Amino acid sequence: MVGQVIFIIILLGAVYLFGKNVAKVRRNILLGRDTDRSDRPAERWAIMAKVALGQTKMVKRPVAAVMHFFIYVGFVIINLEVLEIMIDGIFGSHRIFSKLLGSLYGLLIGGFEILALLVLVSCVVFLARRNILKLKRFSGIEMTVWPKSDANYILTIEILLMTAFLTMNAADYKLQLLHFGHYVQAGSFPVSEFISPLLPSGANALANIERGCWWFHIIGILAFLNYLPYSKHFHILLAFPNVYYSNLKPKGEFTDMASVTNEVKAMLNPSFVPEATEVSRFGVKDVTDLSWKNLMEAYTCTECGRCTSVCPANITGKLLSPRKIMMDTRDRLVEVGNNIDKHGKDHTDDKTLLDNYITREELWACTTCNACVEACPVNINPLEIITEMRRYMVMEESQAPASLNNMFGNMENNGAPWKYSQADRLNWAEKE
Amino acid sequence: MEQKIPTMAEMAAEGKEPEILFWVGCAGSFDERAQKITRDICKILHHVGISYAVLGTEESCTGDPAKRAGNEFLFQMQAMVNIEVLNGYNIKKIVTGCPHCFNTIRNEYPGLGGTYEVIHHTQLIQSLIDEGKLKAEGGESFKGRKITFHDPCYLGRGNNVYEAPRAALEILDTELVEMKRCKSNGLCCGAGGAQMFKEPEPGKKDINDERMLDVLETGAQIVASGCPFCMTMLTDGVKHMEKEQEIKVLDIAEITVRANGL
Repeated sequence: MVGQVIFIIILLGAVYLFGKNVAKVRRNILLGRDTDRSDRPAERWAIMAKVALGQTKMVKRPVAAVMHFFIYVGFVIINLEVLEIMIDGIFGSHRIFSKLLGSLYGLLIGGFEILALLVLVSCVVFLARRNILKLKRFSGIEMTVWPKSDANYILTIEILLMTAFLTMNAADYKLQLLHFGHYVQAGSFPVSEFISPLLPSGANALANIERGCWWFHIIGILAFLNYLPYSKHFHILLAFPNVYYSNLKPKGEFTDMASVTNEVKAMLNPSFVPEATEVSRFGVKDVTDLSWKNLMEAYTCTECGRCTSVCPANITGKLLSPRKIMMDTRDRLVEVGNNIDKHGKDHTDDKTLLDNYITREELWACTTCNACVEACPVNINPLEIITEMRRYMVMEESQAPASLNNMFGNMENNGAPWKYSQADRLNWAEKE
Repeated sequence: MEQKIPTMAEMAAEGKEPEILFWVGCAGSFDERAQKITRDICKILHHVGISYAVLGTEESCTGDPAKRAGNEFLFQMQAMVNIEVLNGYNIKKIVTGCPHCFNTIRNEYPGLGGTYEVIHHTQLIQSLIDEGKLKAEGGESFKGRKITFHDPCYLGRGNNVYEAPRAALEILDTELVEMKRCKSNGLCCGAGGAQMFKEPEPGKKDINDERMLDVLETGAQIVASGCPFCMTMLTDGVKHMEKEQEIKVLDIAEITVRANGL
């Protein structure tokens, strides 16, 4: 009974805290400009099924794809077991599904065990790739102490959770063989039966281990849940809405700026009366100038570095790293959110995403090749943020590199980016 | 050129409307290397007997480099002026010699009032091959030569056109070898996003030199592309590697013209 009460208190506390932090993330995302991504719902569900649920963009890197798939399937399916643990915890029952499911239960538990082992092995391999093999993709200027620790924490927690789950089953299995107390014969234990010889043979000690692991496992899961909003691991939830709201247009198409269209129309045709639109700055200086979709992407990014590893600028040693663009956006957004919490809605610090986080040198190194956009397994678009910040520098500040200003001048005067006269545009036809 | 290049103005004066407008682009108009490709595209159009015209001196930059560089004002000014010209001539279908023009007119002009069917010249060549109007005969033989194709970003990733340029190479009696980074994984030549018009930011090397490593790995004697900016970057890359004797950089249109002896 005491156990049940403690369990319910912990569960409610964890759910409340998680809800509160998710609400904060949602509020931060909605600090962004509005953009309409409600069109073509059928296509959106399809792309979500394919890219998020089916993980089709992961296959370009098969080793990581297979192991990530184990962890993903393990995570989703083992949640069925967590459901049982929740019910047992609340009602003080033990393996409540075993009576309902009969022989199917053995199959399920056996399946969970195999998945748990695959998750465990995959996490160990992932840790090795990061810390022993030191894959290049996991380093870079943006991969400072926290992002590296974050990744290691996630993998370590998952290893501990799976170990607790398997140890719990091993103890349970041994207790079942001893016909001890309420430990009825239930489930099959293809993995943990090999762990059970390592455990003590005394029934009380086994029951303590079983309970200890049960509590560690479930409290661990609830703690991990509350770690998500602070971590790159939040992608396990946001990947789905983020892919749903993907850009469905061709990647080469950049957003149009209606505010500019009005001004250009007025310039070309003095009798044109523009519709009254909200006066805002052109382009992006700080995170609140970005769209909510850009901000959602920043929270979705799991810092895998596929974008940066295919970025032609980054590959050739330039400062630009698309992953850093996403991480900076998130860091700045969290800062802006914390400022609102501490000092109220209208507080402004004297910092901005441009210059304080992302330098101009990074932004001008981009070739807009879309390799980063193509590479992202959850359809994040760092290029849009880069372009929007270029728009701010050029249209609000007139701060483009001198050679680009020359190009603009040529285009304005002769209709070509080079200094050739428009009257000579057909000269090629005279040659050869 | 042998044949006269028809302009829209002349056609309109005669009360005629061509089947397709050939949008030449700034590089195609002014860059000496690209001018040759422009003439080759005209030779193909002439050879198959498609009625076409160019805008000539009425054409102006699509605004692509301005837009990628963040100058949306200048882009929209260019776009609206061009759209007025295009709509004035009642243009329905456009073929471009440049993936940047192709992308901009196809995707970014409709929102500003300019909706046309836009294809890239490699797509035109592919459809002519499919219709049996273009073959690879009567000209230079590419037999036994290795060719690799460099995907321009705004054709490939930007608009998912990967097969059209390859179709033009597949009809040659030759070996098409893919680079390690190809199609959706293709590496940029380094010119996009208005980089063509500025010095690169400081780094370890230039992007076209990095791309050359992929080219050299294939052992290809010909690098084909379909973009005047890629053409410049790849040609410079070959020069840096001092491989001008071994490796030629050619546009799909040039290869088609050569293979057909046009």
